[in-house]
Amino acid sequence: MSKRHPLDVVIIGAGVVGAAIAYYAARAGLSVAVVDRGPVAGGTTGAGEGNLLVSDKEAGPELDLALLSAGLWRELAAVLPHEIEYEAKGGLVVAPDEASLGALRDFAEGQRAAGVEAVEAGADQLRELEPHLAPGPVGGFLYPQDAQVQPAQAAARLLAASGASVHLGEEVTGILTGPGGVRGVRTRGGELLAPAVVNAAGTWGGRIAELAGVSLPVLPRRGFVLVTEPLPRVVRHKVYAADYIADVASGSAALQSSAVVEGTPAGPVLIGATRERVGFDRSLSVEALRRLAAQAAALFPFLADARVLRTYHGFRPYLPDHLPAIGPDPRLPGLLHACGHEGAGIGLAPATGVLIAAALTGARPPLSADPFRPARFAADPAG
Amino acid sequence: MSPTPRTLVGGAPSATYLLRFDGRELTAQAGQSIAAVLWGAGILAWRTTRQGGAPRGAFCGIGSCYDCLVTVNGRPNQRACLVPARPGDTVTTQEGTGHAELGV
Repeated sequence: MSKRHPLDVVIIGAGVVGAAIAYYAARAGLSVAVVDRGPVAGGTTGAGEGNLLVSDKEAGPELDLALLSAGLWRELAAVLPHEIEYEAKGGLVVAPDEASLGALRDFAEGQRAAGVEAVEAGADQLRELEPHLAPGPVGGFLYPQDAQVQPAQAAARLLAASGASVHLGEEVTGILTGPGGVRGVRTRGGELLAPAVVNAAGTWGGRIAELAGVSLPVLPRRGFVLVTEPLPRVVRHKVYAADYIADVASGSAALQSSAVVEGTPAGPVLIGATRERVGFDRSLSVEALRRLAAQAAALFPFLADARVLRTYHGFRPYLPDHLPAIGPDPRLPGLLHACGHEGAGIGLAPATGVLIAAALTGARPPLSADPFRPARFAADPAG
Repeated sequence: MSPTPRTLVGGAPSATYLLRFDGRELTAQAGQSIAAVLWGAGILAWRTTRQGGAPRGAFCGIGSCYDCLVTVNGRPNQRACLVPARPGDTVTTQEGTGHAELGV
């Protein structure tokens, strides 16, 4: 593993977050390597739907990150190949009853103050926006800033555009340290030396932290997605019921499901998403799929007759306060974390990349990364 | 006439029946897949692709490639190579997804 020139940073993880960090770090003039035990997008990125959502986030630091990212994705869509399937389709949140609509109204009010566009739609307008929507919802909100990408393509194209040297199929087995802090990483293939190492290992970020001798409580939160047969454009927006927002924010370990329904440029309709904390259990949950299918058909009755071609599932990297860990780790100089984005990693990746690039170069970040400081869970968070 | 596996064992179809393909009547033998019936009638294409509308028919013939999708009794996306032909089936050429009526 000889190198042509010394590296400034090694990024562990070739998911969308690692790829975005590579992209923005390289643009900042750094020499970057990305290492992953598997392929590009082989973990949670490849098991996602490609949601770029502001609609499901309450006002606060994660929403600020999502809004920054929404703008960055728009810029990226203009320079990355069209295969990333960026679609600024907008999200539509529907409320089953007046009480739910009232709660949604309050939620949207807070979001608007943070810079989110949210347009209330009455029952008739819902039908105009989504002709196949079942009768029943009393109203909802349209979020024009919500968008979508094909996540594996987005990660791969970002990584390619970064120009980073990429080491796939090489598991990191150790973090090299010296008197000054981090020196690089050891992989099964050899050593990659750099004064900074970024842990962008997603759901497996806790293990990388452990290799570095620090703790980061990333837990897996399993999710299933159903994929239908290819259909013409039948669903225009990213459509979901208001209770999805409560599910996202919940800390419960039990199975939660609320259908998020969306079309794709390739034709299939994607139906997500369940949430449950069952460790890294990859077994198929018929109950989870049954609930998803029933909820999707309740939103869009035509789906009851659509064929489901397949299902896929993955593990969202979940931190106890539902915020990602982004930034330097004060416990080991040169170690940075960028993981724990839960189900929002595709959306939050560019902003994460910008924050990490700023931390690496000492540049002023576009927003404060303080709420995301990685040592906030430590008993004695030094710094 | 050279012997075939069927003549060697003295086999004969247990039943024949009719199905319709795009308005034509075709004769099927019991046990044949829809693709076999169509091929037997010299029909090689029964679907058009979603992008470009290119003709498609059976390719792998064993249910793996999904190239032979066809509309059977009004239900699109059936694999012709796997679906058994049944008496009175109505098979129609599938255009694209076969669900154009759902488009918005």
